[in-house]
Amino acid sequence: MKHIIQQVFHSGKFVFGFSIFATILLIVIFYPLFVPDPPLTILGQGTFFPPGIYVSVYDSLSATSYTLNLDEAAAKRIASKLSQEDRQAVKEWLIAAGIPEAEIDPANTEQLLDQWFANYDSKKNVPGMTNAKRNYYIRLNNALKGLLSPDAATVSQTNPQTGEMEQIDTINQTDYVNVSEVANLRLLPLGTDNFGRDILTELIAATRVSLQIGFVAGIIATLIGLTLGLLAGYVGGVVDDAIMFVTNLFTVIPTFVLLILISFSIGQEQRGAFTIAVVIGLTSWVWTARAVRSQVISLRNRDHVNLSKLSGHSIVHIILSDILPYIASYVIMALILQISSGILAEAGLSILGLGPRTTEVPTLGLMINWAMIYQAHILGNWWAYMPVLVTIALITFSMNLMNTGMDQVFNPALRD
Amino acid sequence: MANTMLEVKELSTKYITRFREDVYAVDRVSLAVKEGRSLGIAGESGCGKSTLALSLMGYYFPPLHYTSGEIIINGKNISGMKPDDVRKSILGREIAYIPQAAMNALNPTRKIIHFIEDVIMEHEVYATKKDIYERAKKLFETLGLPAEVLQKYPVELSGGMKQRTVIAISVLLLPKVLIADEPSSALDVTSQKMVIKMLRHLMEAGMISSMIFITHELPLLYNVVDDIMVMYAGQIVETGASREMVFDPIHPYSKGLMGSIIVPEQGLRDVKLTAIPGVPPNLKKPPAGCRFAERCRFVRPECLVTNVSLRQAGDGRAYRCILPEAELREAYAREEHKK
Amino acid sequence: MTTLTQPLLSARGVTKVFGFGRQKNTAVDNVDLDLYEGEVISIVGESGSGKTTISKILLGLLTETSGEIYFQGAKRDIRSHAKKQEYWKNIQAIFQDPFSSYNIFNKIDSVLLDCINMRGGRSLPREKKVEMMSEACSFVNLKFEELTNKYPFELSGGQMQRLMIARIFLLKPKILLADEPTSMIDACSRATILDELMHLRREIGMTIIFITHDIGLAYYVSDKVYIMEKGKFVESGSADSVILHPKEPYTRRLLNDVPKIYEEWDLTTV
Repeated sequence: MKHIIQQVFHSGKFVFGFSIFATILLIVIFYPLFVPDPPLTILGQGTFFPPGIYVSVYDSLSATSYTLNLDEAAAKRIASKLSQEDRQAVKEWLIAAGIPEAEIDPANTEQLLDQWFANYDSKKNVPGMTNAKRNYYIRLNNALKGLLSPDAATVSQTNPQTGEMEQIDTINQTDYVNVSEVANLRLLPLGTDNFGRDILTELIAATRVSLQIGFVAGIIATLIGLTLGLLAGYVGGVVDDAIMFVTNLFTVIPTFVLLILISFSIGQEQRGAFTIAVVIGLTSWVWTARAVRSQVISLRNRDHVNLSKLSGHSIVHIILSDILPYIASYVIMALILQISSGILAEAGLSILGLGPRTTEVPTLGLMINWAMIYQAHILGNWWAYMPVLVTIALITFSMNLMNTGMDQVFNPALRD
Repeated sequence: MANTMLEVKELSTKYITRFREDVYAVDRVSLAVKEGRSLGIAGESGCGKSTLALSLMGYYFPPLHYTSGEIIINGKNISGMKPDDVRKSILGREIAYIPQAAMNALNPTRKIIHFIEDVIMEHEVYATKKDIYERAKKLFETLGLPAEVLQKYPVELSGGMKQRTVIAISVLLLPKVLIADEPSSALDVTSQKMVIKMLRHLMEAGMISSMIFITHELPLLYNVVDDIMVMYAGQIVETGASREMVFDPIHPYSKGLMGSIIVPEQGLRDVKLTAIPGVPPNLKKPPAGCRFAERCRFVRPECLVTNVSLRQAGDGRAYRCILPEAELREAYAREEHKK
Repeated sequence: MTTLTQPLLSARGVTKVFGFGRQKNTAVDNVDLDLYEGEVISIVGESGSGKTTISKILLGLLTETSGEIYFQGAKRDIRSHAKKQEYWKNIQAIFQDPFSSYNIFNKIDSVLLDCINMRGGRSLPREKKVEMMSEACSFVNLKFEELTNKYPFELSGGQMQRLMIARIFLLKPKILLADEPTSMIDACSRATILDELMHLRREIGMTIIFITHDIGLAYYVSDKVYIMEKGKFVESGSADSVILHPKEPYTRRLLNDVPKIYEEWDLTTV
């Protein structure tokens, strides 16, 4: 046994798959210890905040301000304000003003602004320019001038006694606060979803629930498949015929359709994560049963089984000690595939809106479902669905890798 | 003096297992097969006889690796050639190989004639299908195979017929040397006899110049080949003419091997079969001295440390033992007398 | 060797049919056989002749389609598990392939302990069991101390087959069915296996049925030979009469097609 485990860990594929899976598992276990927030707390008012560090503006005002004179500060400020369309418009104007195109670089903010202020003239008549466009250029010019002005911003507050606005503070362009002195900030590495929930926390909780669903479904499917396969294969005769009849019935009905129908008939209220796992498990045992049966049939006539019979062992003893150990590695491989297909089945169901009910736990499928309903994929809010897809892909990829790695060790035909 | 068709000098090859261990399967084997002669290789399973057959073709693929030595086929030294060149110019034309389960190597979805077309077109680009069919038909008739076989699928043929068809295909290009590795051991006795008859016919008709026949069935070997070479643990232990090898072996191992022959003939029930205790050495760590030493009943202390080389015993006879021929024969006579 | 006492094991009209309809295949066809105590008989046949099927029926691993089997004069009854266990105390087997005869997950000790338990030695003290196992191993020239806690696949084919004989030594059945016990073994170890089987036979007075395709081996070991073709016994009788003076064409052909070394092997007859 020890030797077999050693051999499995000699397989590069298995080790690679196992390390991906172990990393996912470790993150799922340890992340909640460091970030104990409930995964479905709504943080943001609004949908799909992009990933980043969120700093409280109010607290920044009351934090100690430091003066830093940084050369690039103004340029960076303008650069971040000047949108791509504005830059393109500036370029168009400059070309109309007679600057050769080669000398204009829309990415170089400083040079672009210099050229703009040197050449812009609101009175100049560019042929073919509409009035609206002319007004746009005037507004753009004013905005750029405003950005360049060195004036401080004023912070005012209504005096509760007089009801008048009173200036309480001014903020210079050279004022800085130290982030560590700001009382409130929040890191949202993957932004928020449509409900304003932290996607990272949600994703990790969802991964855990999905893995649990996969494990429960995989174990149920493997247990049913193993039991039926062993019985059908070893006992044979009428038992075999009966079991194969049922198995063939299940093979003919597309499993996913069956899954949808069962999920739907259970109803939204009754569908918990565990129920869904059981339903997936109950519908996906078919091929394990068939595979185990054919393995057992080939083992049944082997001489060591005959010898065990001649030694007077009972059927139960023969199945448990002469058949089961021989197919154990195969069954473990089947279990791994069942787990990964269980995770995929849950995702498939949830995308269709037939997953576990939505108020208690997130699952990977549900997260995609939510992102889809709120059109994250159309709005370009990649952070709402991409990390989920990557996680699903990584889990199934790692499990399939482990499976093929084990196959190489256990299946002599694939050995090199 | 007849030409030497196949000459092997000090050939060594090894297997590299997936745990990166070396298995020295063929160790400094030298042999020569003259035109018109056939050589049989005998030995227990794992003695390296099948590996030797594979190595003789000069076509190595993992886990089998070439270590040292020379193979000269019909005057061409092939030991330094690239595998691709060997495949193109040597295999099929100079040397043909029939592996153990050859009959199961036929693609079940193709007719026999298609395999023949493949073989001929690989070497003769301008051959037409009609010509090929005529040639194949003629060859099959010469070999006593019905021409209808050409239009059949492998599954429609019996095991013996399939095996004979494979042999016919492999001698299509009239190779000089044919290597047959247990070509009949998976067949029933009647089919086996037909295969043997066909191989003998190939030799007698001069379609092949020389043959190397490998089997663990000694009565069969005795009836097929002119010379027998006995291998043990990757080395040749004795070689000589068939009749002398079977009835008058010199080496203690050959003596034991020949003493274990069972044939349904009068007098067998009075014979006491020889048993050799013990198991062959592990070829990952071959012993320093004589490889047979730990199972030999005449073992001496020096056997365990001295590297024993082949001794000539006249008339193409050679054996690998530190004891002189006379001394061994005397010991055998004493044993005979005791019984 | 044949005595007038009642046979130990006999088969009357035993037939085994596999499949039905167009796939119907009669593997064993109306076979009669008498086995007397102390005899060594051989059933010789080519592959597909039904020799393995008849051996499995005699062993009780397969149920015959029709016909009767009598054991010690009474009709054999192995319908319940307990009765099967009782029957298997009297008849045991050695199979062809030593590599697939052992459960690779069980140690050698457990193979031998099973036999002691089957002979009612379950409650014996540990030392007594070890003593019995050592005795069995030394009977076949194996050392129990070297085998204990090892797995069967760590042995060579010949050693595994000798361990099988040690197993029979512990079980001491009345009948041993040896199904090609030497066909996967090297020639040099074959004699050892046969010697040990014959030694065991003398030791515990066992009756042996050899199943083999090797007519030479059958001639060498047995008193009586049954030649089987397509599920039927075509010829039977004492080894000398069947092998040296065959009457049936099939037997003659079989003998003719086996390579000889003393006589000329006639290649013209095929």
